[in-house]
Amino acid sequence: MTKARTNASASPAVGRNMVINGAMNVAQRSASVAALGATDGYFTVDRFLCNFNASAGRLSMTQTSDGPNGISANCIKLDCTTADASIAAAELLVLEQRFEGQNLQRIGKGVVGAQQITVSFYVKASASFTFGLELFDNDNSRQITKLFDTTTDWVRHEITFPADVDDGSSPFGDDNAISLTLGFWLHAGATFAGGTLNSASWANNTNANRAVGIDSFFSNTANNFFLTGVQMEVGPVATEFEQEDIGVTIAKCQRYFQILAKHGLGSGGGNATVGMGAMYNDAYLTCPLRFPVQMRTFGTLTSGSATGIFRFYRNNGTDVFDDFSTSTARTNYGIEIANSDDMSGTAGHAGFIETVSAAAVLTIDAEL
Amino acid sequence: MDYSNSKYYNDPITGELCAIEIKDGGFKHSIPINEEDRHYAEIQRQVAAGTLTIADAD
Repeated sequence: MTKARTNASASPAVGRNMVINGAMNVAQRSASVAALGATDGYFTVDRFLCNFNASAGRLSMTQTSDGPNGISANCIKLDCTTADASIAAAELLVLEQRFEGQNLQRIGKGVVGAQQITVSFYVKASASFTFGLELFDNDNSRQITKLFDTTTDWVRHEITFPADVDDGSSPFGDDNAISLTLGFWLHAGATFAGGTLNSASWANNTNANRAVGIDSFFSNTANNFFLTGVQMEVGPVATEFEQEDIGVTIAKCQRYFQILAKHGLGSGGGNATVGMGAMYNDAYLTCPLRFPVQMRTFGTLTSGSATGIFRFYRNNGTDVFDDFSTSTARTNYGIEIANSDDMSGTAGHAGFIETVSAAAVLTIDAEL
Repeated sequence: MDYSNSKYYNDPITGELCAIEIKDGGFKHSIPINEEDRHYAEIQRQVAAGTLTIADAD
């Protein structure tokens, strides 16, 4: 364990950090979301999932400009807003990043020559806690968990996990599916904490051995948890946190989530461009979009949906409509968005589409 | 995401099934028929568990 505040290097190796957005600099969805805990999801900082189950505890998740000097200006802050002192067996809270197998082949897991994995991160909290850091092999249902402690000051933890040579039958899939989950266990019921912590070597998963000995983030509404500078690399040594150009980080995040349009992002904080559209017939408005980054897979389109929040300029006039659907023309590099519920126009008319009000947002999600 | 209002959606031009749509809290989610999409995978899990029924397309 090493204190924060130093990050100088003459020859940094680029690309050794397998964690995306470990500096917590990109938060496309939102900077802050409150009252989380009922359902899991990606809410603020890109690529970091809040995995909840069954707890009455609630929290706010925020991208906060309180990172350790010289490492990152930003961090994730979790703020307990509803306590849950009565922990039922199935409860959990895990802050996760999930990895595609094709990005993990350097580990060589599950075969002869498999590599150790070292995870380092900067953490602080409102008090002293013990939490768990787990690597979970989703392809083979194997895992290992190490405990770490928090203080009220930023501390860098460097945790090395042993290689998983196994029996030669459990490599990561070389594909775009989830193969590994890096999880910060912050709350767990007996289902996950009722056994003996599996911390010495990888083992076939036994849920009861995953989070034994951790404290509960939901024990008190005074509890806060801060995290940044997360790095996962091959080998037994934690190198300094890898600094990355923001454009590179955004592009990496866009493989999993993109904002296609959002009202307020336009010039002057107003209407935002969606794209060019055309009337296929008198009722069907089509708008093909090309993504700036090829996504992991063709994902879920989410459209704001309310009366008249999008506008189509055509033939020296305008039409407003409520939302977008999709067609069969969707790939991981582009999508056709369309409206056939609200339009009444002329086939062949073309024009441009923009947002009208704050509810107008379009996103595409291909997260793991 | 709350999947309880899941409904199949057909491409209006081709008539082919192209998505499962959900209207939820001021948003319309268009979930692809794609096993690699996490929402589609979760819907399939809930359908298999008998806890979710997807409404027919219009």
